[in-house]
Amino acid sequence: MEDKVIQKNSLFRSDATQKLMAFGGLIVLFIAFSLASPNFFQFDNVVSIVLATCVNGVLALGVTFVIITSGIDLSVGTVMTFSSVMTGVFITFWQLPLALGVIAGVLAGSLCGLINGLTIAKMKIPPFISTLGMMMVTKGLSLVISGTKPIYFNDTPVFRQIAMGSILGSIIPGFDIPNAVLVFAAAAVVASLILTKTVLGRYDFAIGSNEEATRLSGVNVDAWKIAIYTLGGTFSGLAGILMASRLNSAQPALGQGYEMDAIAAVVIGGTSLSGGEGTILGTIIGAFLISVLTNGLRILSVPQEWQTVVTGIIVILAVYADTIRRRKQ
Amino acid sequence: MKKTKKLISVLLSLLLVAALLGGCGAPAQKSDEKPADSAAAPAEKSEAKADEASAQKSDEKAADSGEIYIPVISKGFQHQFWQAVKSGAEKAAKDYNVKITFEGPESESMVDKQIEMLEAALSKKPSAICLAALDSKAAIPLLEKAKAANIPVIGFDSGVDSDIPVTTAATNNIAAAALAADKMAELIGGEGEVAVIVHDQTSRTGVDRRDGFVNRIKEKYPNIKIVDIQYGGGDHLKSTDLAKAIIQAHPNLKGFFGANEGSIIGVLNAIKEMKKEGKIVAIGYDSGKQQIDAIKSGLEAGAVTQDPIGIGYKAVEAAVKAIKGEKLEKEIDTGFHWYDKSNIDSDEIKPLLYE
Repeated sequence: MEDKVIQKNSLFRSDATQKLMAFGGLIVLFIAFSLASPNFFQFDNVVSIVLATCVNGVLALGVTFVIITSGIDLSVGTVMTFSSVMTGVFITFWQLPLALGVIAGVLAGSLCGLINGLTIAKMKIPPFISTLGMMMVTKGLSLVISGTKPIYFNDTPVFRQIAMGSILGSIIPGFDIPNAVLVFAAAAVVASLILTKTVLGRYDFAIGSNEEATRLSGVNVDAWKIAIYTLGGTFSGLAGILMASRLNSAQPALGQGYEMDAIAAVVIGGTSLSGGEGTILGTIIGAFLISVLTNGLRILSVPQEWQTVVTGIIVILAVYADTIRRRKQ
Repeated sequence: MKKTKKLISVLLSLLLVAALLGGCGAPAQKSDEKPADSAAAPAEKSEAKADEASAQKSDEKAADSGEIYIPVISKGFQHQFWQAVKSGAEKAAKDYNVKITFEGPESESMVDKQIEMLEAALSKKPSAICLAALDSKAAIPLLEKAKAANIPVIGFDSGVDSDIPVTTAATNNIAAAALAADKMAELIGGEGEVAVIVHDQTSRTGVDRRDGFVNRIKEKYPNIKIVDIQYGGGDHLKSTDLAKAIIQAHPNLKGFFGANEGSIIGVLNAIKEMKKEGKIVAIGYDSGKQQIDAIKSGLEAGAVTQDPIGIGYKAVEAAVKAIKGEKLEKEIDTGFHWYDKSNIDSDEIKPLLYE
């Protein structure tokens, strides 16, 4: 028991180093881009960057929980699309009240997460495979349900306000920060509280550090795993709402590839793919790092091919830093 | 220890899957080759009795399936544009009483998926094949195989860099994008900064629309500067963030050209989100509900539409003619039109637009 405490402390310390590095990287990028282009460091552009982070950021929050158990969720991108399509079905086709439709849309994501959890914990299918299956299933279902056509929210103009309205702007004139950012911030706070203050968070780390030991100490590992994947699906559902609201439509063909950005954000933020450690703050920094990089390179008119190369190199460097840190221990 | 074991087992199972796939792939190829060889050999021998042979062959085909079968392989199926092409193809299939299948990969960057579809279609020994190639060069080896098996290939939507397709039913994208450039120049007064978002840089339509627009501007309008060309993969959300960054980087931007539906929707979202309505002239391509609404409301100046239903129809029609041995022109121009607020509901334009 004492051993574990010591280990945990040292892990927290090293976690902080990784976060510090990622945060340092973020600051360096910000300064570099500001010097390179006068158009980068402007209120509007910073808002654009934050807005562009929202969808990926919310997805990454869910992935953080999953990766801490040393699992993986490849289905987040297409589950997100599935949720937005279901929201379209609920609101536009069935004309449910807006609030109900939105909640049901998020729950559609939770349901996918629940199924992921069940296949992993009960059917003992490796997370990589079962979430890969879920990725394909939801991708296909989105196309089938929508009839391969986008579903629009033109009859419910309020829906677009969920992401693109600005409560802050109506309180403080000129401070037009879209609601999507508030939703992202609230989701991040909730995620952080769950991870650090609840039993679910504690068992999340325990399962990731040593699943067998956790099971032997009497914890119902299967149930907690199911809960964690369901939580991941819920965040994907929320991301689906943000995406649909911003585009004012559910686009059934999008979604694949978004899981890779989310996983990259989590890894850059210092969450270890072998499980047992990670923080929400790190993930948020990771998500911002990716969107600052993309936005800055675009403003400098760097060709897209190179943007992808640079992002790839940064992911590798982040993981390399992580390995070096481990070896020192 | 446990973890390494797990890792090894995962690796092993991956290897197994790879071996399985490889194993399945190889014999399939072999069996594909054999019939092609044996089919080619008798064809050579009986060259003297060519007429008889071909008559026999078509008899066999008819006996096999009971009807003419033409697989139509498009670049996608989920976009509205492809759904319109599909409806045109189905109409032609009904009119000429032939059987078609319509399929395409999920995204327009999945060149490999499309090649697999083409392989599968070839192995079904169809009467003809209609293909909208994602990568015009990658498909050539398979097209040569089709030629060897006497299966006529009809290109549609975008051309293939090869002589094999009997004909290609397509919009002249270079001319259509040049028309967009002319309209852009007219609407911004012949000078200023313009940016372009294209769906991709490898497909023929992407390249042609980009070059058609850019070259026309360079040739005819020296006072217009194209400040940036970026690629959004046709993804609405990515194109939105892309367009926002471009507008941010070029505050004096006067015009924006989106080279397909996803790209122009991104541009329109960006203009709305950055409150640049009325300050940037947006010109799009194709249609779709959001684009039609934007043109009606004045957010978008106008767009170039192709005739997607006509593309599908003429491709299948050409395939039927090729099977019957009729002579076909090397290119079938399916036409394009400029539309804006003034003519969007006209009899000429309305049937070409899809929601």
